Amino acid sequence: MLAVARKEIAGYFKSPIAYVLIGVYVLIMSIYFHPALKAGYGDFVDVLGDIGVFLIFIIPILTMRILAEDKKNGTEVLLLTSPTSLPRIVIGKFLATFTVFLVIVVISFIYPLIVVIFEGVITIQLVGAYIGFILLGAAFCAVGVFSSSLTENQIIAAVISLVIMFAMWIADQYAATVGGVLGGIMEWISVLSRYKVFTDGLLTLENIVFFLSFTALMLYLTVRVIERRRWVQG
Amino acid sequence: MIEIKNLVKHYGQVVAVDDISFKVKEGEILGFLGPNGSGKSTTMNIITGYLPSTSGTVEVAGYDITTHPEEVKKRIGYLPEQPPLYKDMTVTEYLSFVSDLKKAPKSKKKSELSDIMELVGLTDHRKRLIDNLSKGYRQRVGLAQALVGNPKVLILDEPTVGLDPKQIVEIRRVIKGLATDRTIILSTHILPEVSMICERVVIINKGKIVAEDTPDRLSASLSKIAKLNLTVKGDKDKVLKTLGNIPNVRYVTMTTKAEDSVFKYVLETGSDKDIREEIFYKMAEIKAPILEIRPTAATLEDIFISVVSSDGIKHTEEE
Repeated sequence: MLAVARKEIAGYFKSPIAYVLIGVYVLIMSIYFHPALKAGYGDFVDVLGDIGVFLIFIIPILTMRILAEDKKNGTEVLLLTSPTSLPRIVIGKFLATFTVFLVIVVISFIYPLIVVIFEGVITIQLVGAYIGFILLGAAFCAVGVFSSSLTENQIIAAVISLVIMFAMWIADQYAATVGGVLGGIMEWISVLSRYKVFTDGLLTLENIVFFLSFTALMLYLTVRVIERRRWVQG
Repeated sequence: MIEIKNLVKHYGQVVAVDDISFKVKEGEILGFLGPNGSGKSTTMNIITGYLPSTSGTVEVAGYDITTHPEEVKKRIGYLPEQPPLYKDMTVTEYLSFVSDLKKAPKSKKKSELSDIMELVGLTDHRKRLIDNLSKGYRQRVGLAQALVGNPKVLILDEPTVGLDPKQIVEIRRVIKGLATDRTIILSTHILPEVSMICERVVIINKGKIVAEDTPDRLSASLSKIAKLNLTVKGDKDKVLKTLGNIPNVRYVTMTTKAEDSVFKYVLETGSDKDIREEIFYKMAEIKAPILEIRPTAATLEDIFISVVSSDGIKHTEEE
């Protein structure tokens, strides 16, 4: 499991992918942080709330190759005939993408630090907002890993995960219009409204459980997809 | 060491492997022959646990692949048809990753990897990116990968494909050397390879075993088939007719036109009787000079066709 994760993390930082994605995201954070700072309140909680949506564009590019490439290059055989079990391989792959995301999180600590240095006010809500941000990243990484297992084409994998994430992001806006059971499901799956709760400074068990179990579900489905393909492929 | 019983694999409606059973003893090298699409790679993929079988069992060292996949996978080194290489890694990085993946003991990793690289001749290339290696060297990396973790069973799917003649000789020597304390299943298209390396041969066609024997006995039963290449000057219709009338000639055809009124023919005889003299006199009769007469060694295809058409039929009759 850790062997797979280590190898993938090294792979990310050997190619320009990780640097470009991290760089772009840090740039976006700075763009959002600047007006907050200028207005004098420098509250990073709001910035975290605003920049969550950009993960929809960053994470699919990060995760698109993670399983699709193995399938395309035939290295899947190596993984599946090794004594490391399939769930462990999938978790290892997930951990690699999540680690790159965590690098973004760690770099973003610089903004609250700036606030502290210039004797601004940091609220305890920031901790909650960060927990929400990390959980959101984990869930999106899992969506990306899942999408990557569906195809051997990286672009298609990226598009699938982008569509899933985007649908989850906007679901609650249309939930009321749709109404009924479907509307209920859309409201339940909406990550935006759940993420908002975190950035409002509320740590609720329900939302933490939602994100964790959603991540686990996505990884479970990934294992099932690969398992199933072993049976039907020719 | 390896026991395969009534193995069946369906891909939807297509039957890729149809009730195959065979055993491989400890320390034995088994040659696995068959044309493309005969189910060779599928069988190997099932033995290594990459694909599940539709029915039947595979046991390696007493462990069943479906109930104890990890115990089996620990004992197998697999070189698939296409070596599973990460091109963005160097040879050492890649083999080190494979070692971790196979849960090989970490303390001995460094010495183990350098031994393996020495054995397959990769030491000078250990710091090179796999992407920059030639096909032959990638094949060596694939073989090295299979050896990591010192598995007692090796499954090698066409290990010498893409290598130059010198490398082929080297790799064959390596494989032969490995066999002292390992069990090996090796698939190939090259017949001399089988007689050089393998102690026993299994030939499969359309998912069924059509022959199983030692290479010597197989070739003995096949030496009956002889092919002659002829180059004859003269009218081609007349030559074809005359050749066709010689007894024991099973089949004759004109292949190419070499020069003006010079044609090349391929001729197949049904018995082990040498008919070259007879051809000489017959051609002399019609005043068509023979410019070249050359027997061809039986290729895998010939042997294969013969096995399918004789032993295969006998086999079904016995049933």
